[in-house]
Amino acid sequence: MIQSIRHSKPLQFAILIAGFFVLCFFVTPSENNFLWRLPALIAGLPAIINNSVEFLMFDWFPIETYNVEIEDYEETALLQKITRSISGLILFCIEFIREILLGGVKTIVAFTSWDYVRDNSWAYWPALPWTVVAGIAIALGYALSGRWLAVFVGLATIYIAVFGQWEPAMETLSFVLIAAPLSVLLGLAMGVWAYKSQSVEAALMPLLNVAQTMPHFSYLVPVTVLFGVGDHAGAIATVIFATPPMIRLTLLGLKAVSPEVIEAGLMNGCNKVQLMFRVLIPTARHSILVGVNQVIMQCLAMAVIASFIGAKGLGFNLLLALNQLRIGQALELGICIVLIAVVLDKLSLGWANKQIDYFANLGFVERHKYGFIFIGILLVGIALAYLGTFIFEGGINYFYLIPHNKGFTTENFWQSGVDWMVDNWYQGLQTFNKLLIIDVLLPMKNAYLSMPVSATFLLAMGVGYIIGGIRSALIVGGFLLFIALTEWWDRALITAYMATFAVIVSVVIGSIVGILCAQNTLATKTVLLVCDTLQTFPSFIYLIPVIMLFGVTDTSVLIAVITYATIPATRYTVEGLRNVPVSLQDAGSMSGVNRIQRLVKIELPLAVPHIMLGINQTVVFALFMIIIGAMIGTDDLGQYILKALSDKNGIGNGLMLGLCVAFIGLAVDHLIQTWAKERRAALGLA
Amino acid sequence: MFSKTIKLATAGAFSVLLASASITAQAADSSKPIVIPTHNWSSQVVMAYVIGGIFESIGDTVEYVPADSQAVYEAIRNGDITISHEVWQSTFGKSFYNAMEKGGIIDAGTHAASTLEELGVPHYVVENNLCPGLPNWEALKDCAAVFATADSGGKGRILEGPQSWHGDLMPTRIKALGLGDKYVVKFAGSADAIWAELASAKKEGRGIITFNWSPNFTDADGFDFIEFPPYKDGCRTADGGDGSCGSPKGWLKKAANYKFPKTHPAAYKTFSKLSFTTTQVGQMAALVDIDKLSHQEAAKKWLADNEDVWKPFTE
Repeated sequence: MIQSIRHSKPLQFAILIAGFFVLCFFVTPSENNFLWRLPALIAGLPAIINNSVEFLMFDWFPIETYNVEIEDYEETALLQKITRSISGLILFCIEFIREILLGGVKTIVAFTSWDYVRDNSWAYWPALPWTVVAGIAIALGYALSGRWLAVFVGLATIYIAVFGQWEPAMETLSFVLIAAPLSVLLGLAMGVWAYKSQSVEAALMPLLNVAQTMPHFSYLVPVTVLFGVGDHAGAIATVIFATPPMIRLTLLGLKAVSPEVIEAGLMNGCNKVQLMFRVLIPTARHSILVGVNQVIMQCLAMAVIASFIGAKGLGFNLLLALNQLRIGQALELGICIVLIAVVLDKLSLGWANKQIDYFANLGFVERHKYGFIFIGILLVGIALAYLGTFIFEGGINYFYLIPHNKGFTTENFWQSGVDWMVDNWYQGLQTFNKLLIIDVLLPMKNAYLSMPVSATFLLAMGVGYIIGGIRSALIVGGFLLFIALTEWWDRALITAYMATFAVIVSVVIGSIVGILCAQNTLATKTVLLVCDTLQTFPSFIYLIPVIMLFGVTDTSVLIAVITYATIPATRYTVEGLRNVPVSLQDAGSMSGVNRIQRLVKIELPLAVPHIMLGINQTVVFALFMIIIGAMIGTDDLGQYILKALSDKNGIGNGLMLGLCVAFIGLAVDHLIQTWAKERRAALGLA
Repeated sequence: MFSKTIKLATAGAFSVLLASASITAQAADSSKPIVIPTHNWSSQVVMAYVIGGIFESIGDTVEYVPADSQAVYEAIRNGDITISHEVWQSTFGKSFYNAMEKGGIIDAGTHAASTLEELGVPHYVVENNLCPGLPNWEALKDCAAVFATADSGGKGRILEGPQSWHGDLMPTRIKALGLGDKYVVKFAGSADAIWAELASAKKEGRGIITFNWSPNFTDADGFDFIEFPPYKDGCRTADGGDGSCGSPKGWLKKAANYKFPKTHPAAYKTFSKLSFTTTQVGQMAALVDIDKLSHQEAAKKWLADNEDVWKPFTE
């Protein structure tokens, strides 16, 4: 009997489930019953975190300085001095790029003073005409990757200009142009460091895990306290969000470099630096480029959230448009964000794939071809802008800068589309909505809430034990224990209920779409493009129409979550199926399986470990979106994270709640990773 | 010994010089920009540009920074943002006073506009007599079904703002008024969520009770606040009462960083005098929400049309 239990996982699961239900039935719900709910032993931790951060920021090591403006001595803590200097530097860089694109005085101020600028009205940096920026971008596209990229860049820039979003787009661009390279460099440096040192890698991994699963809302308050409010704060929050995948992918790429390549490098007499930059990094280029792609996507995905703490540009205008329920306008802004993401991604890809031609023997003009083209574009653009002053009346020069919202717009079209949807679908959807809420969501939520803490632990740790032995059980238990000891266990259960529902639906939709699309190369390309677009398309935009159709209910939140969380589920299914070794497929075909059999018996089982990693991402995406869904109205951890923006213990509460969400994600992540690793080894894929 | 006296004397002379220089400097504002926050609703953004325009007219430089409307007080306290010109009593009062308790932020006076932040219904609900007797609150007793939604379990649903605005004020009031078994209070996650529900309800002409405030852009479409038993001191649970009363007329305050009066004395004087009425706040919002001007244009137009209103603030 015991032998058979040891070897039969289904039997183990059956016993586990039985134990789970026994606990559910027999544990009485009462405040003092530790089997029902654990006492909130670490409820005081947020205040402690908060006070220590504030002490460090405002009181520790005060430096007295004389402030001329208020004619008094001021005390500034050392840490504040340091963080504010970092802010100042980043802000300077952002303003510098912004003023090249849009004009301004701040760069001049940085070298002189505000008084100087006030007294000298000529001290103003003029903006580049939009035609010049667009022309240069097109030329860059052509130089890096050829005609098609040039055409695409051209269309994108013209779209942005014609729709009157040039100014906010350039504001967003200027902060992305700082945040993205910063993330790439930081990620590359940390990745290389972790590659060189085992202990660094060991220390970095848990940090990366937390950073990648922690919802961005939870570190907004700490960032504003440490770095202030403004574009720099937005950039810093973006860097925190965008760097982890870069580190991971750099490390992954470097580790995959085969020893033969390193040997070859050493034999050719590389020193350490040369080995890194001439051999290792170029060889790991593929992974690193995926990292760069991720950084760019993440940076623009943050465009809206960064505007909560002061980033100017498309994100802020988008929030304004949504507050006025101008969905059409928000949509146009959202498309601008996606376009910038795609253009930057393609340009960086083109740049990285460009091979240096060491043997070209070119004349002076040939060698400096692009330099001449750039100068040419600049001159033509300025001439055009000058001409524009004579052509256009009413103070707007369409050849120089198209003012915000003075362009073409399709707003009315989208607006009437949304109106039409509400007019025609509301009644029908209402029946569905009621059914879903009353028969599925409410019972499910209540079931989660009536689960004794002991039963939750038994289930989670039991699953951990079956999948990965005692170690996994302890890891998962540790994550849960942290949440259980805060005062937010019930909130976490609600988050878990929404995540479970959303993940199940997303995975079903994602794998069906993925399986269908993976059968055809064109469909595969299309679906991956759609995934990329949706990933950068600001999810805030569809919150509003969803509320109009489904009201402020859990249904609305879940629809928004499912829309977002289906992206990784689809992507990983497609990738998993497309990456099944051709030799194995051929072997199957030769053995006489038909198409369906090949899919079910060969491709799917082989793709399952990769698909499981997709589910892992689905969980993370779902958790992120559930927290954003708090803007619709939920009563889970997300509501408290939003609330932390105004709390007295905002820093502590935000971070702790963020950790709770991260730990739910990490517990699931651990289970799936362990399982996938074992499965891969069993399939001979590792 | 001798040289030390000389040193002291020169130091003394210098400090006198410095002091006199700084006295002359005090009259003028610093040329550093005054940082004005912009939030995500129209009247606030237009007013930001209006106030910026007023500051510019007296020779100051200004800068606009987008910020979250709850997190902004922490930023003012730390000096990253200089002022906030729309501190609504019931939505931001808590954040404002929390920041004030920590120090670094000062109360720069109150607008003439008196605000009302209360539960209410769109005007068509009263006009079409969906719930006879409204806006008197007693009418609510008999028409819970009119306000029922998919997730309210047959009860009427009241859509309240985010819980961070005024905690359990509304649930307590509903219970204290004996409406607890007929109505549920649902917290929306953001103002946008309320507007989206209102817009959707209007299309259908269905009944809806939401939290709202005036002056607001919804005034244009008509919004009737429910008349609850009048507010009296000591009525709220925080003051020892049972909470069975409506909202008081609220204030709309201005806040500033504590250094602002010293760095920009003239601008601060203007800012503390500055006071807009309900109509004026409404005008600013309407220029954007109804006339569809951009926020900057709206501010420019308002400043040009209302010079007699704002000029006195600068004198």
